[in-house]
Amino acid sequence: MAAILRFRKLYFIEPTLKKYGSFETSKDENQSLEKPEVDGKKEASQTIKEQQSDKNKKKKQARGWKCVDSCCWFIGCMCTTWWLLLFLYHCLPAHLAGFKGPESPGVRLKNEGLTPLHPVVLVPGIVTGGLELWEGRPCSQGLFRKRLWGGSFTEILKRPLCWLEHLSLDDETGLDPPGIRVRPVPGLVAADYFAPGYFVWAVLIENLAKIGYEGKNMYMAAYDWRLSFQNTEVRDQALSRLKINIELMYITNGNKKVVVVPHSMGVIYFLHFLKWVEAPPPMGGGGGPGWCDKHIQAIMNIGPAFLGVPKVVSGMLSAEGKDIASIRAVAPGLLDSEFLGLQTLEHVMRVGRTWDSVVSLLPKGGDTIWGDLDSSPEDGLCDFESKSYFPTNSKENNTRNDDTKPQIKTKQETKYGRIVSFGKTALTSYDLLQELMDVKRVSNSGANCGEVWTEYGKISRENIMKLADNKAYTAGTLIDLLRFVAPKTMKRAEAHFSHGIASDLDDPKYTHFKYWSNPLETKLPYAPNMEIFCLYGVGLPTERSYVYKLSTSDKCDTIPFRIDSSAGGNGGRGCLRGGVYFVDGDESVPVMSAGFMCAKGWRGKTRFNPSGSGTYIREYRHKAPASLLEGRGLESGAHVDIMGNVALIEDVLRVAAGASGAEIGGDRIYSDILEMAERVNIKL
Amino acid sequence: MPVWRRRKGGGGGISKRATASEQQPSPEIDGKFEEQKREKERITKDSTHNSIKNLKKERSRRSCIHSCCWLIGFICSTWWFLLFLYNAMPASFPQYVTEAITGPTPDPPGVKLHKEGLKAKHPVVFVPGIVTGGLELWEGHPCMEGLFRKRLWGGTFGEVYKRPLCWIEHMSLDNETGLDPPGVRVRPVSGLVAADYFAAGYFVWAVLIANLARIGYEEKNMYMAAYDWRLSFQNTEVRDQSLSRMKSNIELMVATTGEKVVVIPHSMGVLYFLHFMKWVEAPPPMGGGGGSDWCGKHIKAVMNIGGPFLGLPKIVAGLFSAEAKDIAVARAVAPGVLDLDIFGFQTLQHAMRMTRTWDSTMSLIPKGGDTIWGTLDWAPEADHYCVSKTPKNNKTQTTQNNLKSLNYGRIISFGKDIAQLHSSKVERVEFKGAVKGSDYVNRSCGDVWNEYHEMGFNGIKAVADYKAFTVESVLELLQFVAPRMMKRGGAHYSYGIADDLADEKYQHYKYWSNPLETRLPNAPEMEIFSMYGVGLPTERSYVYKFSPAADCYIPFQIDTSAEGGAQQSCLRAGVYSVDGDETVPVLSAGFMCAKGWRGKTRFNPSGIKTHIREYNHAPPATLLEGRGTQSGNHVDIMGNFALIEDIIRVASGATGSDLGGDRVYSDIFRWSERIKLRL
Repeated sequence: MAAILRFRKLYFIEPTLKKYGSFETSKDENQSLEKPEVDGKKEASQTIKEQQSDKNKKKKQARGWKCVDSCCWFIGCMCTTWWLLLFLYHCLPAHLAGFKGPESPGVRLKNEGLTPLHPVVLVPGIVTGGLELWEGRPCSQGLFRKRLWGGSFTEILKRPLCWLEHLSLDDETGLDPPGIRVRPVPGLVAADYFAPGYFVWAVLIENLAKIGYEGKNMYMAAYDWRLSFQNTEVRDQALSRLKINIELMYITNGNKKVVVVPHSMGVIYFLHFLKWVEAPPPMGGGGGPGWCDKHIQAIMNIGPAFLGVPKVVSGMLSAEGKDIASIRAVAPGLLDSEFLGLQTLEHVMRVGRTWDSVVSLLPKGGDTIWGDLDSSPEDGLCDFESKSYFPTNSKENNTRNDDTKPQIKTKQETKYGRIVSFGKTALTSYDLLQELMDVKRVSNSGANCGEVWTEYGKISRENIMKLADNKAYTAGTLIDLLRFVAPKTMKRAEAHFSHGIASDLDDPKYTHFKYWSNPLETKLPYAPNMEIFCLYGVGLPTERSYVYKLSTSDKCDTIPFRIDSSAGGNGGRGCLRGGVYFVDGDESVPVMSAGFMCAKGWRGKTRFNPSGSGTYIREYRHKAPASLLEGRGLESGAHVDIMGNVALIEDVLRVAAGASGAEIGGDRIYSDILEMAERVNIKL
Repeated sequence: MPVWRRRKGGGGGISKRATASEQQPSPEIDGKFEEQKREKERITKDSTHNSIKNLKKERSRRSCIHSCCWLIGFICSTWWFLLFLYNAMPASFPQYVTEAITGPTPDPPGVKLHKEGLKAKHPVVFVPGIVTGGLELWEGHPCMEGLFRKRLWGGTFGEVYKRPLCWIEHMSLDNETGLDPPGVRVRPVSGLVAADYFAAGYFVWAVLIANLARIGYEEKNMYMAAYDWRLSFQNTEVRDQSLSRMKSNIELMVATTGEKVVVIPHSMGVLYFLHFMKWVEAPPPMGGGGGSDWCGKHIKAVMNIGGPFLGLPKIVAGLFSAEAKDIAVARAVAPGVLDLDIFGFQTLQHAMRMTRTWDSTMSLIPKGGDTIWGTLDWAPEADHYCVSKTPKNNKTQTTQNNLKSLNYGRIISFGKDIAQLHSSKVERVEFKGAVKGSDYVNRSCGDVWNEYHEMGFNGIKAVADYKAFTVESVLELLQFVAPRMMKRGGAHYSYGIADDLADEKYQHYKYWSNPLETRLPNAPEMEIFSMYGVGLPTERSYVYKFSPAADCYIPFQIDTSAEGGAQQSCLRAGVYSVDGDETVPVLSAGFMCAKGWRGKTRFNPSGIKTHIREYNHAPPATLLEGRGTQSGNHVDIMGNFALIEDIIRVASGATGSDLGGDRVYSDIFRWSERIKLRL
């Protein structure tokens, strides 16, 4: 260290001395110039020239050093200041950190005297759970038991292809590819934070802990969210693990039933669990018909995707959602360019299509729920502008006012039923699809399409043209479309999921596990004392249906469809923006999907809910964070941010501490869910 | 700068013009020259004024700060650059370098056995020991704000430095109940992360986990039975239901894989699992209600690593004066540091107060009394030959004659002379009757509470006058100096030897973790392995002295000046050592498997097979090996390739005799022979 310092000193002083020297020479020169008045102008000028060039050289040298020096100096300054600030920050007493937020619901309820009563089970949704590597290819060396998904995602940048390879599943079996084992992270850490600082369950956990919860009465049912639900049991015994942990908590906490809090896809995962645990052993958990009644107090579904998420359709069809479509509109070349061989979207699509779980989120219930070509239950309810959820308009406890409706209905003609339409004015149905099925895969031009595999390479251009030729697809026919463009995925996944409506629930075929995650094809378990809550955000535009166009690119194996982001104008507050029709929801799940089952399908004693378990709808109106200090908001209604919503947390805490649905205030509705549900014609 | 530029421009113009109008000088040029001259004068003035006067001052002032900044910047940039290079480096590079230097490294056992075709068969349960498991905060006082679910124990220990007193307060338990103090909830971290690394880079179970993963293990067939190692064993069930959790997880793994589990406890986990096996069989109010055949149905083998079955002498010194060999040496080197009271640190006193609230430490007090650990003049290991760090061999027999036999039996003796004299020559004054004076009570000793200041001078003197303590009398001593702690501990642990195991009182849980007061479960097909390191000097008994500064301090200290010299090399810095793994003496780790449980004995009525596997310590050959692949050290042995190989073989289906039965380097069998214990 000392040597460096000395070395440094030498260099630091030298250039300045030189500079100083050069001043002196110039002074000398001046004197010499003064003496011989006129003679030797040439000489003089030459000396000047020499001096000049000489000086320039010296100066250059000096400046060369100075540049590196001042860089170092600058960095040094920055570092020192940073450290100083960091040090000061750490010295600061923790409770003096300036902004003191409002009292958290946990503290408030603790002061009210709430204590833990029911053990709590958290069921995370898709994407939010961490995945870690247990065995991999050589390219993933050094990552044993490190997170591939969740956490800092640094490996994507370091070795993107390797990362993609490890995250995809086998496209035949839907399980691990040979030689790769990627497993879910267990425990509360699995989904408390998705990435550093981006909470998912952490806020809820912290508030539960405030009233006395801890590891022994809180369980995170982490599972591999890429697999189909039944495969999580086949490969990891995730369902058995969940069952045994619920039983354990039931016994160790004084025979108190558990409160289950699933989020997003976790909702249908838990629905699957409910059926699985009752079914006899080879396929199910062998808990018998009384298991749920004995062990489960309440299911508090947060942002439930009961009837699917339309967003997934565009994801499967062209690997794009609203966000990506608008990026493409702004910078058309960026995502499509094959510069550096980065076929980003194609890669994403290939990986995403190996994940069976995605298929579980396709819209369920077909045209009955989601509407046909001409009408859908949500039609005419696109009113972000007129209604915009003024607080005065509160409709708690069902005091709804239907007079506001007519004015809205005239406003805009939307056809939500057409989940995918090619062209804004698409009319005809998909009649040609059957004949297309026969001719497909004949004219594949054997072209070399790199390693990217999206199945689009196997479909001829003409067929794609026919598919797209001014047609519209509803939720029912959409499945056929997907079967055509992604045959392998759908074949694999349809062994695990079903998207219809049961006409006769007693049909023995419905004992098969593929129906278990569809609320329209299963009965709720016999549990008359169990309560089911649907907690979700409203007041945010949520993707509902799409206007597509053919992609201009003719290259093989690119994705031939694109969302037509020119349709309906960009921006504004209309219901058609950037090629996407919006409805009310929490930005991911439309109100229809989240609320229908609680509002109608399961309300009272229906054929889907034979024991008449109570259902409650709790809506949380979105309110953007007031200031930056609030982070992601204490009253957010967004799909994930709602996990930090104080009202929702309070509800969960109250129920966990023993309150019933009626005690926390019954239904709390802001949206038009009851009216929409009314319009759905379904046999109950 | 503008001055310079202008001058430069002017100069340039002149020179061009000069060359062009060489033949015909003109007044214009003269004017130019005038201008130039003036300008130059100004510059020189400027520069002389500015630079000559100020430069020196400024330079000397600025250069210091600037070169500091420069230096920091330079170091940072270099660091970042190296970091970048390191990150850009292919992951196999370090291995390549290692191989280039030391020759090809052997495959890790997991890879080797994977090539042999071994597959994951039996689910594996890890039971971590004391200290190695992480603890995290669930509820705390205001001083711990922002640390919710952050690790207080394990990890970086950053909080110890930032708020030491707050940290000690949260790590301590209530000294009446042995449970949480009011308003504080510190809970064990769960899952494999609980004890894979103790601190960043310091592995405990990680190497074993990685090797098991090579042959196909993963989260679903590996379970880390994390528990709060500060609590007494039964309290982990009372507070956290840790035992129930372990039971239902074992049942789950057995149900899903159809194979029995292999349990791998380490250190105190060995006793914990012993407790578990009794607990699980016992009927519900106190036990787990698994029935008498639960262990037989669910457990294939228990592979105890470094198990202190009969306790640790080290813990006596820890409880008595909060010091072990390491701290005693530190005190000898820098006498002031630890005893210093300047900042109100009182480090040792605080540490002592904290550890004395941890009931679990009392599970490690030597068990079996004088029968096992020796009397004043006799000890089973008396002929131990200390110089050799190389494998024990027959040399011991020959050199033995030259050595005086060592009085290991006296676990604590005051003064080196006392330690060596024959017992008939030692005058001992009974201490139990001594009146505990109250002459210290009024002195303020800060917040520190360690029961010593309640003893008074008479009490302390009486202790020192008793001169020599065997294991049995050490128990009495501890009861004398730390009555509250021992009272709490006495409700959870017992340290004797059972006369009649059928006695009803042995149904109580306080006997469950003492192998000499319980029967093994009825599981004839189960196997018990005792795996431990040998070849390292291990603390066995201590020479104490009366501490001079007897104010608020702990009044006893290890007498580091007591050296055995060439003749008695077992005595170093006040500590007599025997063979072991640096923490657990061979006798404690091996006796049960070597004799107590071997064959059908009263402690092992169903004749469970026992195997001893010793691993001779070999220090790492180079620094690159890290903590060594052949270490015999208590914790480092978890990275010992031979041990890992044994575990993997058993986990994939091998039995003890497939491994080669016993593998013994130490004198454990000879020493066990000398212990007269009815079997």
